[in-house]
Amino acid sequence: MMIYDKLFPPKKIILANNKVVEEKRSKTPFIFILIIIGFVISVNVTGFSFSILLNRWQEFFVILKEMIPPNIDYLPNIWKPLLDTIKMSLVGSLLGSLVAVIFAILASSNIIKSKFTAGIFKFILSVLRTLPTLVTALIATFVFGLGTMAGTIAIFLFTLSYIGKLLYEQIETINMGSFEALESMGLTRLQSFRHAIVPEILPTYLSTSLFCFEGNVRYASILGYVGAGGLGLLLNERLGWRDYSSVGMILVILAITVFIIERISEYFRKKLQ
Amino acid sequence: MSEMIENQFENEPKKGFYWISIATILLVAFIWSVSSIEVQSLNESGLTIASNIFRGLMNPDLELLFGLTTGGVLYLLFETICIAFLGTIFGAILAIPIAFLMAPSVVPAPIAYIVRLVVIVIRTVPALVYGLMFIRVTGPGPFAGVLTMSITSIGMVSKLYVDIIEDLDISILESLTSMGCTTFEKIRFGIIPQLFSNFLSITIYRFDMNLRDATILGLVGAGGIGAPLIFAMNSYRWNEVGSILVGLIVLILLVEFFSNKMRARLVKG
Repeated sequence: MMIYDKLFPPKKIILANNKVVEEKRSKTPFIFILIIIGFVISVNVTGFSFSILLNRWQEFFVILKEMIPPNIDYLPNIWKPLLDTIKMSLVGSLLGSLVAVIFAILASSNIIKSKFTAGIFKFILSVLRTLPTLVTALIATFVFGLGTMAGTIAIFLFTLSYIGKLLYEQIETINMGSFEALESMGLTRLQSFRHAIVPEILPTYLSTSLFCFEGNVRYASILGYVGAGGLGLLLNERLGWRDYSSVGMILVILAITVFIIERISEYFRKKLQ
Repeated sequence: MSEMIENQFENEPKKGFYWISIATILLVAFIWSVSSIEVQSLNESGLTIASNIFRGLMNPDLELLFGLTTGGVLYLLFETICIAFLGTIFGAILAIPIAFLMAPSVVPAPIAYIVRLVVIVIRTVPALVYGLMFIRVTGPGPFAGVLTMSITSIGMVSKLYVDIIEDLDISILESLTSMGCTTFEKIRFGIIPQLFSNFLSITIYRFDMNLRDATILGLVGAGGIGAPLIFAMNSYRWNEVGSILVGLIVLILLVEFFSNKMRARLVKG
């Protein structure tokens, strides 16, 4: 932003005692113009138009109206896929958060002295994080076949990358004083890690894991769309048949489940802090 | 290890039972869940496909990656950025009034509770379903994607906005009142400066996420890079998959880098 200050020199204000103070020009107009330019370009590229929106917004509610009232007779078909979805995210999150610990330790440059190793593991974690879950799920269905296994793998990889990153960032910012003190008193690296670092990162680790599990239930519900098992399979099928009242029922059940899981995990996360 | 440290460790609060019970619960839940995961051993075709995927990723289709046609990866990425950008802006603007309605310090508690419930429902409906609903309004294409992104952004963004609204420093408003400022001045100089940079930071963060989620939109024909990616996968053209994924990964890493920088500046002020 140095160039900006040169282009628009700071405003000079002469105070009563003849002292000159400089007020830097606000960057808000500049940022505003940038956003407007981006907005206009995006509107052109995406074909966005308010007039269509104003004329046809009612169409949005057509499907919504068909969902209400939800088809209660469809309920018995939902339980098994719903449980599958929860189980998929449970196994994926649990394994993912466990493996994430190993990755996080290997990626934190204050524990692993070799810069190369830490760099490699950081790179792996960030590339894994950029892959959209749906894409990993689709690849997994090609490799492991259709079914819950593929979904579990996708959730596992997502959890691993998400928790891994948060965890190594936390380990790197931790105060190493107590670790060094324990080491100098003759404990091994592992023992000092156990007694100096684990107690500090454990609460945050558990609460991010819970938070991740919560989000994963939501994600897992759409993974079935690419054939990776769970509720999405049902959702895809019912949407295909345009059986919107059953879709409504699925969504109602999903909302209730997510709400309950969120409540439980919020309760435990509050307790951890 | 000296005697003294040993004794100190002995004095550590005993939480063995607590941890063992948590571990048991998790273990039971895990065993219960694994039962329904259809573990299929990797068969021959799975392994071949895995190696094909890997080879495709290593040898991306360069012509597709750098071509400047409307079917090229660069254009598709550009379109995806535009969808995420517009969707984030609309979502962030729509989230402001909703966030104020969700804050118990602004509106009566029952209203705040009802609005919270509505937002939970909005968040739970998967993006795919919104995509289908909006395609009825706009026809297939990126326009539907923009609308879908706006709706799906609202949930998380308003939830984060509320935390900041709740943290507002009221004493500034009181001092402005005591200086005789009008309501407009109080909002302009007392509230907006406190909220603006935090809101912006959240919006940038959401843009980052939307870029990632925009691939989902392709599944229902709502534009973006998702559709070509999934078509290429379903027809086993791994080189194309490779070039699209490489483009996507580089873009997301770049955007993440810049958005982190910008957010760090915003937080520091």
